[in-house]
Amino acid sequence: MTMQAFLHQVMAGLASGAIYAAVALALVMIFKATHQVNFAQGELAVFSTYVALSLIQRGLPYGAALAISLVVSFLAGVAIERVIMRPFKNAPEVTSVIVFIGLLVSINGLAGWKFTSSIQQFPSPFPDRAWYSSTYLSAHEAGTICVTLCVLGLVFAFFRFTRLGLAMRAAAENPRSSRLVGIRVGWMLALGWGLAAALGAVAGAMAAPSLGLEPNMMASVLLYAFAAALLGGIDNPWGAPIGGFLVGVFINLAGAYAVGEQLKLPLALAVIVGVLLFKPSGLFGRTIVVRV
Amino acid sequence: MTVVTEAAALTSGVRARRPSAARLAVVALIGGAIVVPFVVTGYHVLQLTQIAIYAIAILGLNLVTGYSGQISLGNGAFFALGSYTAALLITRLGVPYWLTPPIAAVVCYGFGYAFGRSATRLEGIYLALATFGLAVSTPSILKFELLERWTGGSQGVVLAKPSSPIAALDVDQWLYLFTLVVAIIVFVAAWNVIRGRTGRALAALRDHSIAASTMGIDTVSYKSIAFGVCAMVTGIAGALQATVTGYVSPDSFQVFLSIQLLVGGVVGGIASIFGSLFGAAFIELVPDYAKALSDDAPAALYGILLIICMMGMPGGIAGLAYQTRMWLARRRVHRASS
Repeated sequence: MTMQAFLHQVMAGLASGAIYAAVALALVMIFKATHQVNFAQGELAVFSTYVALSLIQRGLPYGAALAISLVVSFLAGVAIERVIMRPFKNAPEVTSVIVFIGLLVSINGLAGWKFTSSIQQFPSPFPDRAWYSSTYLSAHEAGTICVTLCVLGLVFAFFRFTRLGLAMRAAAENPRSSRLVGIRVGWMLALGWGLAAALGAVAGAMAAPSLGLEPNMMASVLLYAFAAALLGGIDNPWGAPIGGFLVGVFINLAGAYAVGEQLKLPLALAVIVGVLLFKPSGLFGRTIVVRV
Repeated sequence: MTVVTEAAALTSGVRARRPSAARLAVVALIGGAIVVPFVVTGYHVLQLTQIAIYAIAILGLNLVTGYSGQISLGNGAFFALGSYTAALLITRLGVPYWLTPPIAAVVCYGFGYAFGRSATRLEGIYLALATFGLAVSTPSILKFELLERWTGGSQGVVLAKPSSPIAALDVDQWLYLFTLVVAIIVFVAAWNVIRGRTGRALAALRDHSIAASTMGIDTVSYKSIAFGVCAMVTGIAGALQATVTGYVSPDSFQVFLSIQLLVGGVVGGIASIFGSLFGAAFIELVPDYAKALSDDAPAALYGILLIICMMGMPGGIAGLAYQTRMWLARRRVHRASS
């Protein structure tokens, strides 16, 4: 094991970790507001990526196609919250999980139906040889990390420095009081869904060039993102990205040096179960004590 | 837990009120199931066998999710374990195929109990996450290099199809009847468990676990037992599947299998023993028609149906049948009194 190969694995892990970080943050955003885990997060991202691809195939430049697909997924997220999820706001967990699985399967089926279910090439916005590529990181990997960090920064700035962001945080934290001070809690929830969907769409567009675009592209990414969100503490938005990068590097190193490529997914399962059993609040989460 | 509770309430009343009619229906169903392979041919016999296998697997899911209220999205993994156990017993140890369901049952019970035991600290969504992870990673575990000597890696294991011991029956008819007998045994056993002490304890846990534990129900061991029984029943279905298809491979146990079982459970009625039959018939027959539209149409249809069921008919087909009967009965009473 040479130092160079090791560093290369770490960097590649950071690049995939960036994608897990984005998806994990999207999961945490919805969890914070609704205490539900969005099993359909990955499929939504795949669908947005298909939208972007079909726009590119129609001749639109990459940037415009991606922007339109982000808007489309934002609107789709809002619509899904208002139309499908709203009736289940106070439903028991079994019900909401089944609805999310329904959403997952139907979006997956529709993606395969409307587009094809065979693997398609998705272009990377970053040129093959760029000044920021190196022996450790390809241009696409470096670009992915950079884009993710920028997007995460934007999301945090939005929640920290804008009135709307503050209102959304308030609505998630304490819906009843927020309602009393005039925040439209229902719409804040829908906006949160829209933002999460758009965030997922960015992750999808970054993942597609290396994974290959097909309806099940995000299935494994979703599992890693679950692991990341739980590791970071599922109710902590700061923990999610950190968890994402940690899981990315850890799984990549373990895959390369310890357990082999095939056991990466089971290893993510082990991380999920391990965190839930030994430290359910994750590294940075709040411990919640339930009272009867 | 209103949905499952409601569904349980909808379906448990059926037989309590009119036992004789229900018993008649069961006898008619079994009689019909025995006669039918002699009436229909070839492919349809295989389909019926498949429905019986799915019914057992969905029953397993019903027991854990419907009756004990724990979400399991990973039943495909138990199914896979049952299948591989049977395949290895037959090819490596020369065990006759008819012995594989009980052995697979024991193996799967052990695995399910251990999984349930470690997962009892997980509730609700966390359990859903863990079992979903199990379902997603099953194919990778089956393809794992170090296990390849036994599992055959991504190639899987091929079994010889058994021959029929009765000359008058061809092999498909024989395997159908064999599956049917196993299914009847499993259903009767499940029926007894649900109606007895264990079933009541599980229902109490599902509806209010804290109240149940103050009444002296050992929550941890009952929850683990529920998972064990679920895995056992699903594993029996898996073992039958291996014998009937004569082939096991990792690709047959993708996450879609678990989702298919969930769809069958929900559409049939998640807390109903007989709902499993409807659910099994649904997931075996409907995709064939949906595939005429597109290969991916069944998935889309499944998903939309899951959402519609949760919105409009939480009791599934079994619940709907019960509601219709109640509505008819009310109308009769109403007419008689006016």
